[in-house]
Amino acid sequence: MIAMTTEVQTRFAYALLDPLAGTPDNLATASGQGPGRRFEVYRNNVRSGLTGALASRFPAAVRITGEAFFRAMALEYALKHPPTSPLLLGYGSDFPDFVETFEPAAGLPYLADVLRVDGMRSHAYHAADHGVLLPAELATIPAEEVGSLKFALHPSLGVLRSRFPALTIWAMNSGEKALALITDWQGEDVLVIRPHLDLRVLALPPGGAVFLQVLGAGGTLAEAAEAAFADHPDFNLERNLGGALMNGVFAGLNKGA
Amino acid sequence: MIRNRLPACAGLGFKPEHFDAIRQGGKTPGFFEVHAENYMGDGGMPHAMLGHLRQDHALSIHGVGLSIGGMRDLDRAHLDRLKRLCDRYEPESFSEHLAWSSHDCTFFNDLLPLPYTDETLARVAEHIDAVQTHLGRRLLLENPATYLIFRESTWDETDFLAEIVRRTGCGLLLDVNNVFVACANHGMDPRAYLEAFPLHAVGEIHLGGHSEREDEDGSQILIDSHDAPVIDPVWALYAETIERIGPVATLIEWDNDVPDWPVLLEEALKADRLLARALPAAAE
Repeated sequence: MIAMTTEVQTRFAYALLDPLAGTPDNLATASGQGPGRRFEVYRNNVRSGLTGALASRFPAAVRITGEAFFRAMALEYALKHPPTSPLLLGYGSDFPDFVETFEPAAGLPYLADVLRVDGMRSHAYHAADHGVLLPAELATIPAEEVGSLKFALHPSLGVLRSRFPALTIWAMNSGEKALALITDWQGEDVLVIRPHLDLRVLALPPGGAVFLQVLGAGGTLAEAAEAAFADHPDFNLERNLGGALMNGVFAGLNKGA
Repeated sequence: MIRNRLPACAGLGFKPEHFDAIRQGGKTPGFFEVHAENYMGDGGMPHAMLGHLRQDHALSIHGVGLSIGGMRDLDRAHLDRLKRLCDRYEPESFSEHLAWSSHDCTFFNDLLPLPYTDETLARVAEHIDAVQTHLGRRLLLENPATYLIFRESTWDETDFLAEIVRRTGCGLLLDVNNVFVACANHGMDPRAYLEAFPLHAVGEIHLGGHSEREDEDGSQILIDSHDAPVIDPVWALYAETIERIGPVATLIEWDNDVPDWPVLLEEALKADRLLARALPAAAE
């Protein structure tokens, strides 16, 4: 019994997303004129709704490419990967991967990483609330046990290792830094974190990304420090541990694990 | 079943960019309305702001993603998210649309139209029963702004809505701008539409702005765009409606090109003035 209207909706839905599909023939207007322009209203609404959801999640990338380029790129993505859930807060988590191989954006090789910073920021904005580990709690741990400590990381945490100065470019396109020529073109590691309600986008010191990645994978403090040293000889454990504590990277000690 | 209990005054859609202005302690509207889906993240600022507003304002939660008019089964996970949200904030009202937005695992992020047939009527009623049972709340169903008609339709929209109300006991959210837009698009008289509308079931009214686009023959298609002030003919229809049914919670919808807080507040005050004038009629 449900079949007839299901078919109507399937045809309508298909025609919304397929650029080559015509207007379904079961549609009409009261005045008797063709329904094409009217159907186009729904098509435009759907398209601008989906690309708009991406534009609001990735504002720095919009600034870099301009609105028109971004919308065209977002539309190609949205038609291939429309959302599968009415929860759009997380829509486009693989949009940076799409952009990385999107031919017309090949001249902006850093764009995907800037999108990743925007994406981590959006994740942190909506992430679960959680308290942070206080330095005083750490101070109670006997020295011989410190190396085997494991940490639960804050739910808002995001870490990115970029071959590009992604943080600097992001900051210049999100109003945090004035636009300027980047003379020192180097890779940057980025930390996004939201202790309480304070959203922070920061540069990680040398080895810092690996340090947090190992801790995030359940490694001990000693294992994380070792991996970070191996990654970069300038890794400074005290500085990284202090920075992590100060920015609320640790939700707590992971005693059970 | 928790019933709609929004105060019979003007409300505004809450926009995060207005949070600081609202907190400064000036005049605020009688209630705030939010789109449910914007508050389905785990935590952070959205919930902090909503929690703060909730302390001293009535709240309406308005869903835009449940796809009640879809022929497929309701998204149970989404229904659970709505339940959690309603349990957390205990809104004075929960509303959704006579429309569909999901089909075969794709979410279209738009309110799409459905044919009005016996078959769709049965399906929509079934969905509303399921929502009301799951949430433990009476739902207000909103009349859509539409641009097309389906050859399959055998019911008038107003009769369709009246029958939904009869079968499910749900209430209605009367969007007067949608009435104006849809009637203009379908060559109908909005007063005749409102005459046929089951006004007894109205628990909330929406007012909003619309825009225009050119149709095939050069005439205008009205688009429900929520990006402008409410126009005078819509205010007039609104005033006539509340004169008939008495004061009812009224939301100003302005979701795109959102103006500064004082401009928005002024729209709400305008609705409040009309609501005050409708009071004597309601007392009769």
